[in-house]
Amino acid sequence: MSPKNQLRADLAVIAANVAPGARVLDVGCGEGELMEVLQREKQCDARGMEIDPEAVERCVARGLSVVQGDADRDLADYPDGAFDCAILSQTLQTAARPDQLLDELLRIGRRAFVSFPNFAYWRMRFSLLRNGRMPVTRHLPVSWYETQNIHHVTVEDFRELLRAKGVTVEKSWFFTSEREIGGTSANWRAEHAVFQLSR
Amino acid sequence: MATASNLDARSLVLPDPLPLDSGQRLEKVRVAYETYGELADDKANAILIFHALSGDQHVASVHPITGKPGWWDRMVGPGKPIDTSRYHVICANVVGGCMGSTGPASDDPDGKPWAMRFPVITIRDMVRAQIALLDALGVAKLHAVVGGSMGGMLALSLAANFPDRARRVLAIATTARHSAQNIAFHEVGRQAVMADPNWREGDYYGSGKGPEKGLAVARMAAHITYLSEAGLTDKFGRRLQDRAAKSFGFDADFQVESYLRHQGIAFSDRFDANAYLYITRAMDYFDLAEEHGGRLADAFAGATARFCLVSFDTDWLYPTSESRHVVHALNAVAAPVSFVELSAPYGHDSFLLDVPALDRVVKGFLG
Repeated sequence: MSPKNQLRADLAVIAANVAPGARVLDVGCGEGELMEVLQREKQCDARGMEIDPEAVERCVARGLSVVQGDADRDLADYPDGAFDCAILSQTLQTAARPDQLLDELLRIGRRAFVSFPNFAYWRMRFSLLRNGRMPVTRHLPVSWYETQNIHHVTVEDFRELLRAKGVTVEKSWFFTSEREIGGTSANWRAEHAVFQLSR
Repeated sequence: MATASNLDARSLVLPDPLPLDSGQRLEKVRVAYETYGELADDKANAILIFHALSGDQHVASVHPITGKPGWWDRMVGPGKPIDTSRYHVICANVVGGCMGSTGPASDDPDGKPWAMRFPVITIRDMVRAQIALLDALGVAKLHAVVGGSMGGMLALSLAANFPDRARRVLAIATTARHSAQNIAFHEVGRQAVMADPNWREGDYYGSGKGPEKGLAVARMAAHITYLSEAGLTDKFGRRLQDRAAKSFGFDADFQVESYLRHQGIAFSDRFDANAYLYITRAMDYFDLAEEHGGRLADAFAGATARFCLVSFDTDWLYPTSESRHVVHALNAVAAPVSFVELSAPYGHDSFLLDVPALDRVVKGFLG
């Protein structure tokens, strides 16, 4: 199994669609798994931002350029168009203002990849309907009071936001159980989603 | 009091006069330095470490005056984060210092101590002298330049002014400019030295008695800025020193008083008061943006090195916001930069103390 195949499904599809040699900012880069693949296999100039100091420390130890920072506040430090592409994986729903974060991504990057768990996935709906409790699933594994996911979002909500902002969807991908599914009825069927965006 | 003559230090005299930011030129500049680890045949494994205000070239060797281990012994050595079995580490006493490099205690061209006639030097002047040292040692490009506190200022200055001399720049607990508060604390220290009658306008060399008391007070005030309130409380609280009750007098009743007095005396035993004046002045004058037309990003416009900045959450002397300011400037010129704020209880001095996360960052960044 190649290292790329070890990436989470949303990261693998992003890695496959980033242009070779691109300047990339991975916002919420964690321990730098995606950055490492982009540098090694796509010869990208990859930079990261991560809020957790221990994760930053591991990135630095891997030879990656990662700045400890809060995406809600510190993206303002980057000039307009500084990157060919900005990546936000599984982080949108944790932002204080996801709409403003999206604006920042598309200001810094000429293109953005955004992935998030779909709160309208049928298992979520079923769980809420049957139990009357906030769903706790593989992609959203933490109870409501301690979750960092403070802005749950559905595929349709996100599309609506993109329409309102006039953002272009270049491509989109949908996944259930780490397997890609078609876009039909994605708002029901997709456990999580990846969008490739531009202004 | 330390002077060059009583030290068994390696040193060399720079072949050319050193041009200073003040416009003056300093002739026959001596630079004292130590090295650790073998220099590779291609001379590509050299790491230059810059010391802080009260430090010197003995980064990982026994201090000749105090007999104590090097000031970064925990970080530098075989198998340590800055691994001298892989890297050739160079550490030099700054110009203006008192551990063998030319400074106010050195003789002027007439053979008398410079004292306060020594020209005011800057952080960039200190860097120039060490670049000249690297030239003399035949090191064209460093694997890395590393420094904490004032050493971090020197590292940033080297990156800005000599961008082709280092592949990696690691600046810890530092700033790109001295703030009003930083200058204010230094001025308290300088005034304490100058208020000591033994200072004699700086001409105390040979008198047998220098402004040790003034320098000790300067060190006591400065030392507080290197610690955190929580650290002081944790270490001393309100505990009394070797007594059961308050003395209703002005002895060092409290442990914290005793500790600071000891720090002050120990420092004045090994450091030249005039050197303290000159080095603190150099730090106060430091403003990397001002040197480059007022915009910090322009200072790094030609940078090709990878950068790593580290701050500590309890450091109120050079707080995280100062490191972020540098990161912002480096981002603006698309320089590859990493930054992490580490959590440690010791305030500014955290960079010298047991912070395992710092060890991992240093080791990881140096590669």
